[in-house]
Amino acid sequence: MASRIEIRLAGTGGQGMILAGILLADAAVRDGKEVVQSQSYGPEARGGASRAEVIISDAEIDYPKVISADVLLCMSQEACDRYADQMKERRLLILDSNHVSRAPTTEAIRVPITQLAQDATGREITANVTALGLLAGLTGIVSRPSLEAAVRSHVPKGTEGVNLKALAAGFEEAGRVK
Amino acid sequence: MSPMLMQGDEACAEGAIAAGCRFFAGYPITPATEVAEVMARRLPQVDGFFIQMEDEIASMAAIIGAAVGGAKSMTATSGPGLSLMQENIGYAAMAEIPCVVVDVQRLGPSTGRPTSPAQGDVMQAQWGTHGDHPIIALAPSSVKESFDLTVAAFNFAEKYRTPVILLMDEVIGHMREKVELPDYATVERVERAQTLVPPEWYKPYENYPVDVPPLIPFGEGYRYHITGLHHDERGYPTERADEVNLWLDRVFRKIRRGLSEILLYDADGIDAAETLVVAYGSTARSAHYAVELARKRGRRVGFLKLKTLWPFPEEVVDKAAERIHRVVVPEMNMGQMALEVERVVGRRKVRRVNRADGQLIKPDEILAAIEGMR
Amino acid sequence: MSTIHSESRIHERYLRHSKKFPNVWCAGCGIGIVLGAIIRAVDSLDLDKNDIAMISGIGCTGRMPVYVDFNTLHTTHGRALAFATGLKLARPGMKVLVVMGDGDALAIGGNHFIHAARRNIELTAIVVNNATYGMTGGQYSPTTPQGAHAATAPYGHIEPPFHISELAVAAGATFVARSTVYHVTELQKFIAHAIQKKGFSVVEAISYCHTTIGRMNRWGKAPDMMRRLKENSITVKQAEGKPEDELVGKIVRGVLTDRERPGYIDLYRQIIERAKAEAEAA
Repeated sequence: MASRIEIRLAGTGGQGMILAGILLADAAVRDGKEVVQSQSYGPEARGGASRAEVIISDAEIDYPKVISADVLLCMSQEACDRYADQMKERRLLILDSNHVSRAPTTEAIRVPITQLAQDATGREITANVTALGLLAGLTGIVSRPSLEAAVRSHVPKGTEGVNLKALAAGFEEAGRVK
Repeated sequence: MSPMLMQGDEACAEGAIAAGCRFFAGYPITPATEVAEVMARRLPQVDGFFIQMEDEIASMAAIIGAAVGGAKSMTATSGPGLSLMQENIGYAAMAEIPCVVVDVQRLGPSTGRPTSPAQGDVMQAQWGTHGDHPIIALAPSSVKESFDLTVAAFNFAEKYRTPVILLMDEVIGHMREKVELPDYATVERVERAQTLVPPEWYKPYENYPVDVPPLIPFGEGYRYHITGLHHDERGYPTERADEVNLWLDRVFRKIRRGLSEILLYDADGIDAAETLVVAYGSTARSAHYAVELARKRGRRVGFLKLKTLWPFPEEVVDKAAERIHRVVVPEMNMGQMALEVERVVGRRKVRRVNRADGQLIKPDEILAAIEGMR
Repeated sequence: MSTIHSESRIHERYLRHSKKFPNVWCAGCGIGIVLGAIIRAVDSLDLDKNDIAMISGIGCTGRMPVYVDFNTLHTTHGRALAFATGLKLARPGMKVLVVMGDGDALAIGGNHFIHAARRNIELTAIVVNNATYGMTGGQYSPTTPQGAHAATAPYGHIEPPFHISELAVAAGATFVARSTVYHVTELQKFIAHAIQKKGFSVVEAISYCHTTIGRMNRWGKAPDMMRRLKENSITVKQAEGKPEDELVGKIVRGVLTDRERPGYIDLYRQIIERAKAEAEAA
């Protein structure tokens, strides 16, 4: 259980949180890790709270959900209000400052993720992938080549280039923040 | 095959393909829709038929019809759909038609909460139809088991000429895990039994000498009758009690004699245990986590994970609980499998841990029960 | 004499002699006439019995398959077409005949009926319309005439009936014809045509139940019911151009549609080709 890392990706429906969870989990598989990814969402296809959870471990994973997160990404104010206090003591909280203005702690990484994505690709919708680059760059939970491979195999055909650009923007930002 | 990330519903569909399923009929319903979507894409690749029917009643009817034609067939649904399928599940039990019914359980009753998990269909799986018949129901607790137990479901269906219910739940159906699937060519498949007798001697419901007479598909020269009425050995309706009893004896006998291979479970740490945890489906994941925590604290805890829920593994549970004073039964319902455990080990030994609010039971809640705090 | 010989040859060939006769139907019931028309139609087409399935639901008509020497499947109430859909897809080479009553096909099975027609699955539906639930004792069905008395309409029936054949045409069936058990050679001809038709075909056979609804409405005994079918029906041609009020209460016999639409299985075969090609390319 010691190697178990719990990651929660939270935002609004349509922001691609579930795809982000799948990409992260797929990268972990490529790294040879054990992984479980799950999600929760409302009935709406767009809007409403959306949450993906990823557990990564060197050993077999029993309980498949987050107990208290090691890493939390919040892409909406509602997500931050709801999950920011459900974390371990030593943890990493990443906020998209374009969407989150208030947080219950000062110990958070605040990055204008949506703006970064917009600048890098011209498309706000790639913010989820930029967020992943940032998260992976800051934590090293998954390797960059694995994450790039995951992006290539899961994003819609024809958007691989744009998404890899978005990912790179996240990794670059991680280098600056560190 | 190399390791990959796969969803439980997807693994179930792939298991079906690997087991030789070539017919799927279904109706969209959360959280089972992904099974249908994968089957719609995969079946035509292997010369199979996918059809989206007008409702779950028709879906269940269509898979029985296809099985009568010789195809390995499956449908997938959730609680509301399983309720609608019950009459025809009873038909499949009565007419002894092999088929697989996947139920990805969600929170009920009624529409409940479509995207939230539950294990509230355990009793429905056995007792949902009218009348008496045995059933086989399997419950996977991982993505890999969703594949493996779907294969097992098809094999049991063919071997015992019975509908088999795969009781998944929303957690298992929707979560993605790392899995390594076998090469499908190496997957063990049970095929429809053949007969050596000529058509004029063929009895589709013969009671002796075998418990499971072969079911010859329609169109192969063996013209006979299938009905949901009680029937004689040739399949013709009967009103004779002696003929009804012969059938009844045989359908229960055929499952009873197969118990040693039908009852699937994992057990560990039972011999030295003081406390036993009996769990299934996604709850088994929480339970095992709790068991490990308790063991780290020095407690002697046995763990019994049931993969076969029906027929209920009476002797397995009885033996595991023999020298144990406390049996913890966590499940996402108000206490369904606990009733069976209590029936076998006695009510006073059992500590139930129940949630029927759409939340997976947390390890802490099970740990508290193991430690006698609740 | 030659007719009698050929009749007995057909009985010998198509009925199950190991099955205990007499049948469950009341003396004078028309369902046996429909059964006769079906087996003569099959005989006229020279089909192999091994390739024919007869599927039914529940009710008086539901009991028909047990007597015939085909591959026979007696299913649950209303669901015969859904079972048949599965069988047909698993065995596309078989001729699948689905026999249903009006309650079976149009009330509890109404949804399956319209969807089978819409998807144009290659089945032949033969609906015996007796205008009631005969087996349970004469309750009103979806085709019971408005104003008639039934076991569950002791004060008269207030609901208008479904017109089975017109419904089948509207839902997309490729061949639809209506006849009665009095016009038995016509009925046989329609059934033969329906069996040969590619796509979803429907034959409606009017056969009022004299035991229940006939008695309750003083329509007379079995021979009176036959006379009623004879005198009260006109052909499609005769009905053409007649004002609607002249057609009230009349049985209009004949072919209502005979058209071409691609069948479900043919279209699905194209899907199989496409799916395989795409899988190979990937």
